[in-house]
Amino acid sequence: MSAPLLEVRELAVHRGRTPVLDIPSLRVGPGEVLALIGPNGAGKSTLLLTLAALLKPAAGTLAFHGEVLDSEAKRQAYRRRVTMVFQDPLLFDTTVRENIAAGLRLHGVHAKERQHRVEATAAQFGIAGLLDRSARHLSGGEAQRTALARAFALRPELLLLDEPFSALDPPTRGGLLEDLGRILADTGTSALLATHDQAEASRLANRLAVMKGGRILQAGALQQVMNHPDDPFVAAFVGMETLLQCTVTAAVEGVLTLALAGHELTAVGDAVAGDSILVGIRPEHVTLSLQTDKTSSARNQLPGTVTKVIPWGPFHRVELDCGFDLSTWVTPQSLTELALAPGRPVVAAFKATAVHVVRKGHPGGEAAQT
Amino acid sequence: MDLIWEGLRKALELLVGLDPEVLGITLLSLKVSGLATLISVVLGLGAAVAVALNEFPGKRLVIALMNTGMGLPPVVVGLFVTVLLWRNGPFGFLGILYTPAAIILAQAVIATPIIAGLGLAALQHLPPELRLQILSLGATRRQLVWLLLREARLPLLAAVMAGFGGVISEVGASIMVGGNLKGSTRVLTTATVMESSRGNFEVAFALSFILLVLAFSVNALLTHLQQTRRPR
Repeated sequence: MSAPLLEVRELAVHRGRTPVLDIPSLRVGPGEVLALIGPNGAGKSTLLLTLAALLKPAAGTLAFHGEVLDSEAKRQAYRRRVTMVFQDPLLFDTTVRENIAAGLRLHGVHAKERQHRVEATAAQFGIAGLLDRSARHLSGGEAQRTALARAFALRPELLLLDEPFSALDPPTRGGLLEDLGRILADTGTSALLATHDQAEASRLANRLAVMKGGRILQAGALQQVMNHPDDPFVAAFVGMETLLQCTVTAAVEGVLTLALAGHELTAVGDAVAGDSILVGIRPEHVTLSLQTDKTSSARNQLPGTVTKVIPWGPFHRVELDCGFDLSTWVTPQSLTELALAPGRPVVAAFKATAVHVVRKGHPGGEAAQT
Repeated sequence: MDLIWEGLRKALELLVGLDPEVLGITLLSLKVSGLATLISVVLGLGAAVAVALNEFPGKRLVIALMNTGMGLPPVVVGLFVTVLLWRNGPFGFLGILYTPAAIILAQAVIATPIIAGLGLAALQHLPPELRLQILSLGATRRQLVWLLLREARLPLLAAVMAGFGGVISEVGASIMVGGNLKGSTRVLTTATVMESSRGNFEVAFALSFILLVLAFSVNALLTHLQQTRRPR
């Protein structure tokens, strides 16, 4: 592991006497994009403000490139190398050009270099044509692009993004996410992104931390946390909708046989016979058919009955009763072909690797460092 | 109606003819109220920034006092300043009672809370996160204050206009601490009161008309400053 860009130790933030943040340890490496996901009030914004040195913690240390920020002068110098972008673009009442230049002026960058950086950054964000427009006459997407360009023009080593896309409509958000992802990758800028949207997190981040009640429940590589949540709350928050408590009846070289509601499931994971474990299944890993398919690679094929069909954007969400509740996504085409409706008998199929072992009770801390 | 037309005619005559006495009164009004406003901008905006940017116990009380101060009756201010500057009063040694300096002082006392109160409202009206955003762009404390003032420039100029408007038009304090002495502390408002009480309505009208033009011109200038350099 490379030296961390930012390292947090034993961080505690209080509001009045109430503790609102308790982070024993958190690291952000160079070029890393860490998404902080969690419900409203989980402490994501408070954590970002603290990491931006805009909020003084009650206890704990913040170290940048290994140097602890223990004086106001160091914090001020640090704020010139790290920049935060908020949900509200917070643009100044002037032109787009002057907005992007604002941070550069504060840093004392001279006029020629400033103009060059403003124009280059505006081009990166696709707003070169808006430079002389008033910031008051921008659409939501253009305003947020300007805010991001204002931050990027400073060439920060770390970018703190506090739900910058939440107020945007889906097409605008999609375009901006794509551009931002490309720019982060091209410039190798490290970033922390607070969001409550796991899709947004998975588009930009390579690491994920799930927060609740001012604590980090689990942090690790994106796929690791998405597929191997070690806490029921984390599992639900990363979209693992089906959670099942079952008993391990056999464990042979990592292949587990599980007993559940009269069925036998095959899973891949780390447990021993006799364990009572919690497993999770992501809805997108479940496929439906009308008959058992012996040739399929899916080791788990369970008969069940459709209980609900709910239109959900471009897909339909289908809920099944297989002796336990299971949910899946289907396309409108499959819905018609399989004539899915409540009461319809179907076979739900999923691979052994789609059954993820979620252990219970691992609160707080960086459970899975990468 | 005749009286009004006569007044306007007389005013024009005094203005066009550059009547030295009227010109002196006008210039003194402008100078006294301008300086008082300038002092109030420094003190009032300073207080507004200090209150807006800091958290301290009793902040609400201070804000309430500032807002109350916006409605200080000029005669009350006049009375206190007179007592303070009275020959054997605590500041009597300054010997400035019945001089333009006394009027400037009294008017500054009137305008400072107006500019502080409206200025504070202007700063508090900015999005609360703007401060954090500016600091996060690497601003020093001084740069932060400058950017916040610039961002609130429209309502701040309105506050300055309100302060100037309040003192150029007040008469109670000016007459009490200035004494309406001819050629020394006679300003447009005190002269108007005097001429009106003597029944010289056309002169009173002329002075009022000048006062209106003056107030309009200064505010027009500030409005021009306020509205230009804003991109469309």
